[in-house]
Amino acid sequence: MIELSEFLVLGAILFSLGMAGIFLNRKNAIVLLMSIELILLAVNFNFIAFSTFMGDLAGQVFVFFILTVAAAESAIGLAILVTLFRSSDSIDVADLDTMKG
Amino acid sequence: MTTDAFEIPNLTLALPEIWMLGVACLVLVVDLFSGDRDHTPAYWVAQLGLLSAALITVQAQWGLDVTTFDGNYVADAMAVVLKVTVLLLTFLAFAYSRDYLRERGMLRGEFYLLSLFSTLGMMVIISAHSLLVLYLGVELMSLSLYALVAMRRGSPAASEAAMKYFVLGALASGMLLYGMSMLYGATGSLDLAAITDVAAAESRLLLVFGLVFTVVGVAFKFGAVPFHMWVPDVYQGAPTAVTLFIATASKVAAVGLFIRLIGEGLEPLHGDWQNMVLLLAVASILIGNTVALVQTNIKRMLAYSTFNHIGFIFLGFVAGSAEGYGASMFYAVTYSFTVAAAFGVIMLLSRQGFEAENLEDFKGLNERSPLFALVMLLLMVSLTGIPGTVGFYAKWLVIRSVVDAGVMWAAVFAVIGAVVGAFYYLRVVRLCYFDQPEAEGGPQPSGSGGFRFVLAANGLSVLLLGLFPGALVAVCMAAFG
Repeated sequence: MIELSEFLVLGAILFSLGMAGIFLNRKNAIVLLMSIELILLAVNFNFIAFSTFMGDLAGQVFVFFILTVAAAESAIGLAILVTLFRSSDSIDVADLDTMKG
Repeated sequence: MTTDAFEIPNLTLALPEIWMLGVACLVLVVDLFSGDRDHTPAYWVAQLGLLSAALITVQAQWGLDVTTFDGNYVADAMAVVLKVTVLLLTFLAFAYSRDYLRERGMLRGEFYLLSLFSTLGMMVIISAHSLLVLYLGVELMSLSLYALVAMRRGSPAASEAAMKYFVLGALASGMLLYGMSMLYGATGSLDLAAITDVAAAESRLLLVFGLVFTVVGVAFKFGAVPFHMWVPDVYQGAPTAVTLFIATASKVAAVGLFIRLIGEGLEPLHGDWQNMVLLLAVASILIGNTVALVQTNIKRMLAYSTFNHIGFIFLGFVAGSAEGYGASMFYAVTYSFTVAAAFGVIMLLSRQGFEAENLEDFKGLNERSPLFALVMLLLMVSLTGIPGTVGFYAKWLVIRSVVDAGVMWAAVFAVIGAVVGAFYYLRVVRLCYFDQPEAEGGPQPSGSGGFRFVLAANGLSVLLLGLFPGALVAVCMAAFG
């Protein structure tokens, strides 16, 4: 039997990987979208683990909502990425620095 | 959450949200079939819908304190005050931005549609009474706002601002959700009332762990220091019409988010979050004031000075008392109407191919338009918090609640912050009244009669609120009585 804490550790690792992906990534904006997805999946993992171990369905229902919203979020993120590429010919994170001060 | 029986929810309680959803769908259809180049029918349907929604909110929810939808939705006095504010701010945003968008070829039905859905998201946040509904409200608001920022498709600055807003906003949602999953794990429920009950009794370790993540997520949504990186870029890069909407309505919704989730939901953990909120408030006032001093772009200046005001709003939360929340709500409501008018003046001075974004553009405004120079004077004096203006009463209420909570040093710090703020706000007044305009005469006020009328009325209402603040203070305090 796998313990609840082991699920939570896995969730925490996924979450940290997503965070690191956002803050360490200096190249490609698509990696940012992937990292955001990873963070949301880590949260889903937590919810499912808690839900299963407590025998309460609400957490799993929450996960369905998160999955749906995450799909909408990616769609908007990719749309913004396309406008960014069209207006500045680059999706390099390092190029996102025209505004300063 | 019960799973054994299905009760029909009391739909009339949720009438404001249902009405707004209907209005948004109606705007979609009307705009599709009207074929009007200026989108006039969509504009009027949206404006009438917003005003009627404000009336319906007062009618359906004032004086109540009940939940429906199985405890997922709450109708109380706080919800009424915040929702009416959000609806009126959206009304002002539409009225101010029409000429601005038309001149730049951005007047499309999507602007109204996305703003209305964003407003609906804010209303859902304000009335949410479970983690799930809060999350859905936050996402409905944020997803619409990301798309609104990116609306000026050809502009690299707007796309860059949208990308930054999207990534950091999604990160904030992730933080918030991670915290929510911990709260769920610690309490076994998504219902905020049940979470409050369990939090008062249970062991606290997992709860506090979740609390930290939720506070960070909410601070991101507010744009409080040190989670403020996106605010100046988004304010500057987004079209001014959208900046106005983000700077006002979404801040009011964020107040609702904080009070619902942390203020009420995690009330038993007040001792744990008090210092976190205090830290955010002090850092916001410090960074906001010092960086705003050196800005030359007025939109960036307003962005940094926003941190100052967010700091004050957070200071009101510190006490965790009804007076504190009332003071914060009064602050957020009056601040957002003042700033809405300030962005209105910026749009008034902008015209096709020219954005009145730099502080120099306000030089000698008094010679070109005495009325709007006076409006700008009123707004800046109120934002500074000089006695006799509404900004003063807001600051005074917040500081009084902080003193009552026994955190004297923070109150002193806030007063010093307000004095520093006077420097950059009154600089705008000096530019308007005492400086000579640039060689070519500076930007002339543009805009239709209706726009000027609403803007002047907005400025006048700030003056009147300063002279007679009693009624609104009483309403805000009664909301938590």
